[in-house]
Amino acid sequence: MKIRLENVVKTFDTFRAVKGVSLDIESGELVALLGPSGSGKTTILRMVAGLEYADGGAIYFGDQDATDIPVRDRGVGFVFQHYALFPHMTVTQNIAFGMKVSKVKRDKAAIDARVTDLLRLVRLDGLGDRFPAQISGGQRQRVALARALSVDPKVLLLDEPFGALDANVRHDLRRWLREIHSELGITTIFVTHDQEEALDLADRVVILKDGQIVQQGTPQQVCRDPQSAFVMKFLGDANVLSAQVRDGRAHAGSISVDALGIPDGKAELYARPADLDWSAQAPGIAATISRVLDRPDSRRVLAVTETGKQLEFDVEPERHVSAGESGFVTLRRAKVFAV
Amino acid sequence: MSAVSSHRKPPRVGDNTVFRRTLIGIVVVLVGFVIVAPLIIIGVEAFSKGWAVYRDTILHPDTRHAIMLTVLAALIAVPVNTAFGIAAAWAITKFDFWGRRFLLVVIEIPFSVSPIVAGVAYLFVYGLQGLFGPVLDAYGIKILFAVPGIIIASMFVTAPFVARELIPLMQAQGRDLEEASTSLGASGFRTFFSVTLPNVKWALLYGVILCNARVMGEFGAVSVVSGNIRGQTNTLPLHIELLYHDYQAAGAFASASILALIAVLTIIAKVALERQGAGRVRKTASPAEKTA
Repeated sequence: MKIRLENVVKTFDTFRAVKGVSLDIESGELVALLGPSGSGKTTILRMVAGLEYADGGAIYFGDQDATDIPVRDRGVGFVFQHYALFPHMTVTQNIAFGMKVSKVKRDKAAIDARVTDLLRLVRLDGLGDRFPAQISGGQRQRVALARALSVDPKVLLLDEPFGALDANVRHDLRRWLREIHSELGITTIFVTHDQEEALDLADRVVILKDGQIVQQGTPQQVCRDPQSAFVMKFLGDANVLSAQVRDGRAHAGSISVDALGIPDGKAELYARPADLDWSAQAPGIAATISRVLDRPDSRRVLAVTETGKQLEFDVEPERHVSAGESGFVTLRRAKVFAV
Repeated sequence: MSAVSSHRKPPRVGDNTVFRRTLIGIVVVLVGFVIVAPLIIIGVEAFSKGWAVYRDTILHPDTRHAIMLTVLAALIAVPVNTAFGIAAAWAITKFDFWGRRFLLVVIEIPFSVSPIVAGVAYLFVYGLQGLFGPVLDAYGIKILFAVPGIIIASMFVTAPFVARELIPLMQAQGRDLEEASTSLGASGFRTFFSVTLPNVKWALLYGVILCNARVMGEFGAVSVVSGNIRGQTNTLPLHIELLYHDYQAAGAFASASILALIAVLTIIAKVALERQGAGRVRKTASPAEKTA
């Protein structure tokens, strides 16, 4: 099902949570709404679900205006951050609930068969008789997904689906959700504040700030071509240097990079830790290493420039660098944004 | 001795023997004087004139009528207040509406107002000189000094019990479950009976039991509005007072023993429910730790 949001607005008391968001989601697409807390991403998801009504604008499911259809009749599958499994029902009863209360009558055998199928799909065969409190967090989230899928929703909505899980489980579930999505092909929107999760999982990432979309595109597009300092910072660690732009080049101390299309004057130069390197000889930004943090796949170096600016960058695991060493930070690539 | 004392760990807070015994002693003495002694006296005095007098008092038409009236008041007031409590808790915890906080405060009023004040207030609302008095009188409806007045006064005093038990629990549970249920296509009624109610049933029963105990024992408000007509508008607590003022100590205590019995049964039911509730929490919490 194709989903279209047209200039959707939502205000809570005096706080404008969503300020005119328009978004097209293709049928079968897996879209991430990514943003810091308070960016309105969950509110948008809840409006698509019908758990909140939009104050302005319209939401279309296919060609149908769904703006005022109540959640009960909207035909969405919603997965809550904290699962929201019914604690007094077994896993089986939880999954069967939607089919039992549905206006579409199903006989008991059909429901049982569907529950068995769904349990297999979410790889929880044999756990049907457990209560939610008797299974792990990751298993609960999979039950929640099976329950949401049980009513054959037109769209699957997930609110921070892996937020309450630990890192390893989260990683596995991400891959698994991607598999389920390719298997079922159901239009899916999920909300997250974790950029890695969004980039890992989504066909398209929609980045939100203060209730507005600031950029959207494939993970490759948003990573390679962030259009604002906010997106640059939000997608990962970044070093910031103040720079001066003159004739299409940005100069920061002794280094300079291309800055096509940026007006002359003050600007900021953003570089990822992997965009910087360390060299014993000039040219570069003279700096002294203050600490080296060892990580499984690289060494993160913290250095201080002569002007007292902190820089962070990664070097190969074999590289010998140590605190107190002086040298030069070189720049492989950088993004320049006007201030 | 010195070896033993050097091995002894320094006392933690409350480990000191003298301190501990003093505290326990104070509690035992207070409980004895304030709670146990009166209960024993009720039992002893009730049977002081023998079994026959006790039986006669209980079987006396006035006593029987008082018991019936008390039970009737409970049978009406408790379900009404239960329905009210559920509705109020449901509204306050699951919806946002104008005046939500105000409603929360209003529900608490019967707790903070002396029952006698409530009784007097009803006199001025439903009494002959009161607000609705003339209208009610014109239609021949008698509320004060009659059974309806007793029930209304009982309901006022016990209005907060169920709501007060449910609101904190339902607030803690949040709205996720209801939202999940609705998004799966369940109606409001279905959601309430299949999802909300099963998750608050122990708190609800607990509130109902407390509410019932309070209705049956209510004295202040009822004494103002009932008019104390023996065999007509006398509830059990009022009956006890009447007997006592008639110098029928044994009769008063015999009637009191019934109320005391109800109280003890209430406490047993309450403890049993708490065990159930606690057991449920433990049962559901422990396997989760294992599998987590």
